[in-house]
Amino acid sequence: MSRRALARAGYNAAAVLVLLVTVFPIYWMVATGFKRGVDILSFEPRWLPIPGTLENYRAAVGKPHFLEDVRNSVIVVTVTVLVSLALAFLAALAAARYRFSGRALLIIMLIVVQMVPLEALIIPIYLMLDHAGQTDRLAGIVVTYLTFVLPFSIWTLRGFIVNIPEDLEEAAMVDGCTRAGAFRRILFPLVAPGLVATAVFSFILVWNDYLIAYVLLRSPEKQTLGIWLASFTTNHGTEWGAVMAGSTLFAIPAVLFFLLVQRRVVSGLTAGAVKG
Amino acid sequence: MRAVETRPPSSSRRRAVTPPARPPTPRPGARARRLRPLVPYALLAPALLVLAAILGFPLYRLVSLSFQQYGLKELFAGRGTWIGLRNYQDILTDGFFWTVVARTVLFAAVCVGLTMGLGTLVALLLRNLGRPMRVLVTAGLVAAWAMPTLTAVSIWQWMFDFEFGVVNWLLTRLGVAGYEQHNWFDQPLQGFAVIVLVVVWGALPFVAITLHAGLTQVPAELEEAARVDGAGAWQVFRHVTVPVLKPIFLILATLSTIWDFKVFTQIWVMLNQRPSREYFLLGIWSYSESFGVTRYGKGAAIAVVMVLLLMLLTSFYVRQMLRAVGP
Repeated sequence: MSRRALARAGYNAAAVLVLLVTVFPIYWMVATGFKRGVDILSFEPRWLPIPGTLENYRAAVGKPHFLEDVRNSVIVVTVTVLVSLALAFLAALAAARYRFSGRALLIIMLIVVQMVPLEALIIPIYLMLDHAGQTDRLAGIVVTYLTFVLPFSIWTLRGFIVNIPEDLEEAAMVDGCTRAGAFRRILFPLVAPGLVATAVFSFILVWNDYLIAYVLLRSPEKQTLGIWLASFTTNHGTEWGAVMAGSTLFAIPAVLFFLLVQRRVVSGLTAGAVKG
Repeated sequence: MRAVETRPPSSSRRRAVTPPARPPTPRPGARARRLRPLVPYALLAPALLVLAAILGFPLYRLVSLSFQQYGLKELFAGRGTWIGLRNYQDILTDGFFWTVVARTVLFAAVCVGLTMGLGTLVALLLRNLGRPMRVLVTAGLVAAWAMPTLTAVSIWQWMFDFEFGVVNWLLTRLGVAGYEQHNWFDQPLQGFAVIVLVVVWGALPFVAITLHAGLTQVPAELEEAARVDGAGAWQVFRHVTVPVLKPIFLILATLSTIWDFKVFTQIWVMLNQRPSREYFLLGIWSYSESFGVTRYGKGAAIAVVMVLLLMLLTSFYVRQMLRAVGP
């Protein structure tokens, strides 16, 4: 074998190893979710979920309060994302397209704020919400999520807007468009994919949260899906099938949305428009 | 959610629009023109008001709490007792504090080091693969990247299960003695090894894919020229590739530092929501002081120390970032 071929074989072997390490855990989750109890609790691993069963999914979905948790998660995520998107779009527009005193300060603040670990803020937030009687309320948790989703959204959207050439709006204004008209007719359609991407990223941030929901939502019928999933794991050694089925269900929306933005993030921003 | 944050700061360098400087004319539009400088503030106002209320005020409360005695009694009364620096004094003279700080820094350093090192290797590997294999590996990375943290924790918990976990089975099969019915979390060192694995597994795809995207920007002629001049593979990497990729490295390393410094869920859920003190990092300690034993004041003081440490560790990056964003 030539040196080149040998190198190629080495690279491919390394690639297979990387592929195994990244994908096998995911496969193992999905496979375990479909396995019968005896095949899960076997000292010799069963590599394929054959014969399969839906029993684990039935157990996971049959947990108390599953449907309420789904509903709560959907409400919390939707409200948080919509509110933060609306506020962030206006703020990002100002930060990206206007010069005003205090702009540098605003940008510094946006960067620094994202360094503050939420874990640190959960204490005062909890005490404040407790004082206002808003713990264990979905409104309280939406407000809490906004603390990190909003700065993140402003920052991300600002990046999207900055990347759209100003010449496009200027050209529209030369042609007689007002500033507001240029925003609406030119900038908004171009930044739409950016809005979608930001919404999806915010969705994933909120969907993945565990800590805040865990601290703020105490009563079972008020909790979100993250708590539902983590509640499986307390009984150690039992119900691995249900845990894996639940994990799979929990991952599906996040993965679908993630794949959606993966493709949309780069493309389409200025596609078809004249480059400046 | 991680992709956008990597957006190279250079892309943000464009100027903001300066409103066309025309002398004010007394026409019907004059009023609108006089109000024009207020437009950005009007756009910013809603977001800033909300941020001040939900972020500014809690931050202020966090700091003020850290100077107070605030326990269950104070929680019911709704107000704490001012005790000055006592909370900080308590923490700083507690030997456990220094253990936890050292452990947190070490944990973050190991996670960041492994993520960056392995991420670079995988990115370089991707460049050297044929197209089908590269697409496959990228797809695998994206799949792992998309997994929610909670899902990832459950998966690894199951794989490291002491009785039926596939890892113990594999090690036993490979002839490593003592891993039958082995509990990985008995020993903190081994337990942390598993937690580091979970963290790195989740973070590596982002680093590898971003670095690979960066690598495609390195001009081939530059590397070719270095090779013609007699540089070996390592020298080309060290003296040509690394300098070009430096800004990306910097961003990735700092983001990883921020994320790994405040790891919470991985430890908390992995250890079934009751980690022993050997597993405490700053975030967990602060949490359990506050919500476990209801000493909110002390918990707040730990959190403040954590924020300060993190700011210290990332100040370099923030400065670079500000330079890139410009005035």
